[in-house]
Amino acid sequence: MTTATMTNTGVLDLSALSLREANETLQAATEGAFTIVNPGGRHAIACGLEHPVSVTIEGHTGYYCAGMNKNADVTIRGNAGTGLAENIMSGTVRVTGDASQAAGATGHGGLVVIEGNASARCGISMKGVDIVVGGNVGHMSAFMAQAGNLVVLGDAGEDLGDSIYEARLFVRGTVARLGTDCVEKEMRPEHLAFLADILKRAGMDADPRDFRRYGSARTLYHFKIDNAGAY
Amino acid sequence: MTDQSNPPPKAPPRTVPVKSATFDDVTLSEIRRAAATGIYDIRGGGAKRHLPHFDDLLFLGASMSRYPLEGYREKCGTEVVIGARHAKNPIILKTPITIAGMSFGSLSAQAKEALGRGANAAGTSTTTGDGGMTPEEREHSNLLVYQLLPSRYGMNPDDLRKADAIEVVVGQGAKPGGGGMLLGQKISERVAKMRTLPEGIDQRSACRHPDWTGPDDLEIKIQELREITGWRVPIYIKVGASRPYYDVALAVKAGADAVVLDGMQGGTAATQNVFIEHVGIPTLAAIRPAVQALKDLGMHRTVQLIVSGGIRNGADVAKALALGADAVSIGTAALVALGDNDPVWEDEYRALGTTAGAYDDWHEGNDPAGITTQNPALAARLDPVAAGRRLANYLNVMTLELQTIARACGKSHVLNLEPEDLVALTVEAAAMAGVPLAGTSWIPGRPD
Amino acid sequence: MCGIVGLFLKDEALFPRLGALMAPMLAEMTERGPDSAGFAIYRDGPPLPTLSCLAAPGFDWDAAAAHLAQATGAPVTVETISDHALLRVGSDLRTARATLIAAFPQVNVLASGEAIEIFKGIGDPMAVARTFGLEGRSGTHGIAHTRMATESAVTTAGSHPFSTGPDTCLVHNGSLSNHFLLRSFLEARGETLQTENDSEVAAAFLSWRMREGDTLDQALAAALKRLDGFYTLTIGTRDGFAVLRDPIACKPAVLAETDQWVAMASEFRAIAPLPGVENARIWEPEPGTIYSWGRDGMRAAA
Repeated sequence: MTTATMTNTGVLDLSALSLREANETLQAATEGAFTIVNPGGRHAIACGLEHPVSVTIEGHTGYYCAGMNKNADVTIRGNAGTGLAENIMSGTVRVTGDASQAAGATGHGGLVVIEGNASARCGISMKGVDIVVGGNVGHMSAFMAQAGNLVVLGDAGEDLGDSIYEARLFVRGTVARLGTDCVEKEMRPEHLAFLADILKRAGMDADPRDFRRYGSARTLYHFKIDNAGAY
Repeated sequence: MTDQSNPPPKAPPRTVPVKSATFDDVTLSEIRRAAATGIYDIRGGGAKRHLPHFDDLLFLGASMSRYPLEGYREKCGTEVVIGARHAKNPIILKTPITIAGMSFGSLSAQAKEALGRGANAAGTSTTTGDGGMTPEEREHSNLLVYQLLPSRYGMNPDDLRKADAIEVVVGQGAKPGGGGMLLGQKISERVAKMRTLPEGIDQRSACRHPDWTGPDDLEIKIQELREITGWRVPIYIKVGASRPYYDVALAVKAGADAVVLDGMQGGTAATQNVFIEHVGIPTLAAIRPAVQALKDLGMHRTVQLIVSGGIRNGADVAKALALGADAVSIGTAALVALGDNDPVWEDEYRALGTTAGAYDDWHEGNDPAGITTQNPALAARLDPVAAGRRLANYLNVMTLELQTIARACGKSHVLNLEPEDLVALTVEAAAMAGVPLAGTSWIPGRPD
Repeated sequence: MCGIVGLFLKDEALFPRLGALMAPMLAEMTERGPDSAGFAIYRDGPPLPTLSCLAAPGFDWDAAAAHLAQATGAPVTVETISDHALLRVGSDLRTARATLIAAFPQVNVLASGEAIEIFKGIGDPMAVARTFGLEGRSGTHGIAHTRMATESAVTTAGSHPFSTGPDTCLVHNGSLSNHFLLRSFLEARGETLQTENDSEVAAAFLSWRMREGDTLDQALAAALKRLDGFYTLTIGTRDGFAVLRDPIACKPAVLAETDQWVAMASEFRAIAPLPGVENARIWEPEPGTIYSWGRDGMRAAA
């Protein structure tokens, strides 16, 4: 790897390059724009990026695409498999299609945008990431969510926000069932302002006033035997 | 006429009061405690009940049929390489005794520093725990294993790339199949910040990883970890001992460079007592099936087996290696070496309603020895330099003990110890360890 | 712990290429299940009552066929491939199967039906595919499986798919947690299980329900109530296939559909090689929901 290639923009063809070769190129680049073609549902594409590069993936990806992303902007023009942008720290990861289970899982920061639907456990154990989903999210989304924001323009599946800590959940459509210790909360001006901003950043056209806010009732914060059924 | 020489007693003789073996004092006190509080007993540490253990095994020293090595003069190697299966930079240990994962949070910063200092001096590795890597522990540990746990508290790619190895934690011997728990007293401002939790709450951790379930998905997770770290460092998989044959085989199939197998004597910062005492199998019983799995896959000594749970001295280490392990980990014993449960604090242990040697309420954060606490005043009691020295001494003693036994068995490297160097004192140990009962050729459960 | 693929062809022009389309799908699932593999093919063309059988190498299949012909009074022809044999029988399949097993208990009947043929083997999935000529096989639909053995032994008989009755079979990814309990329950109700595999218990459960008169959907609904643990199941039927995930739904599954085919796989990468995939509708099956396809098209029921 020469320094000259580090800032080159280029097309990386996964039908010709190994995953290691493609990721090495992306991880070494400190700037620039790359396009990955023929992803073929392969796993761990564009994971572990540290620098503000721009990556567009033309097609569907497998597990852990853009995992642990820092600073980079990654766009998947297709669907993403399990664990999209898991443990993301910063930067933006966008999917034009659907995302499978555990999208944005344990993410600490940055923005994850899913233009289609996300399936089960979207935002599980999230720790500060902002996730915007254009469609629906599956069951147990924001399970044990600690911090950050999950914004859902469609509907939420069962047990939304189960065992939630301090993350904020905004849902425009219906919620099949709230999880244990997750309750609807008052939508205050600062929440509307936040929604207006994040919807704009996510490129989503929606009116903040159509959303409802959910968060922790904080009854599980200190173990009480009368809550035993909830543990 | 009465016999004047043998007068009747004033009262007939009585049987002394008999307490039930089933309902013994501990059981009765636990029933009363449960009835009064309505919460199960939570504690730290590992199984306390009597279990078949390494003490039930003995080495057959050399005599006429085998020849011993000269103590201190003739070389007996202790170096072990971990993780050369896939990693560019495997871990090289000077002694096969490593420090098990214990978190900053469950332990004070001083205790973590002391573990690093002790391990460095002995040429071995330490391990992070739930809650992430502190700059102090990275600084004080030459070889640091970074745990990837279900909670992912504090997990970040920078620390991942700073690690010398990554340990994917599937389970712990104290609680295979269970999640974590840390009570509010220990969620200090710094711990809360590292874990992105509100200060002072009772933390609940997941029992399954958030983004994979099962070995077929774990294989893909490992690929991601290798891609993020450039295939440089070894990936360990840690499992609590329950079905070691299958679990080790699946860890290998999922792509592990090393497997950490933690028996039920292995400690925890906090979990339910019922979990610690009733789930999982003893370390002694776990090793042979694990080694068999490695052998059946042609991976013994290629994928390293690191055994933990109740390792206390060089004899335990030697026995674990003879049964097929490549290295061991110590947790509880390391804390004791630092000063945990030291009788010097007896008055304070009494005040907490316990006694030195029995203190296990590590989760409450009131450790008089200043080790399992986030209370600054208590934590300041532990001098990390002196405590680190104690740990280094202890590790060195265990290594010397290990070499003593290995030389007596005629081995120029501790990894040349083998099950045939062992016999068992009890039928149970013979069956579990797969070695003959002493003085016989009988291995229970094996055909003649 | 495993990889699953299924392919249902809508376009008759693709029938001759069924195996050729499935082989690359199976290849992509090798890492998920390197221990063994198997596949079920539903042949196109007229019904041909067939027993798909397995026995140790050297077994005298001609003798078995002769015995079966004599006992049932109907002709039997044999096609052997490696340690498998396809017995084309002229009599009622149920009678033929029972007669064969009674006389030759060392024979494992992998499947019976008028369209289904099942082949399985241990080791590299692609070697199994080559041994049994997957690539050259034609048919209407098929399902296939690669296995990473969890607790039971790696054997040919323990490989998937497992037969669940005439022209039906099942593949499974996951791990059941109550299969020993269910096994004795099912054995008491006349199911005969031939391996220690948890997936075979799921297959036997469906067989039992359908023998009791359940439709496939009813049997799957019953399975949702009785199977504990983690599972993605794919069930092959005479006319199509069905997919069911447990309510927790940790084990992966992807569905894709075009005008020409419907495909199911544990991961998208197995679907990626299919022709026209760029225009497919792709989605993830919901937990606890039964999806089934037949010649009438797809329907999903709760």
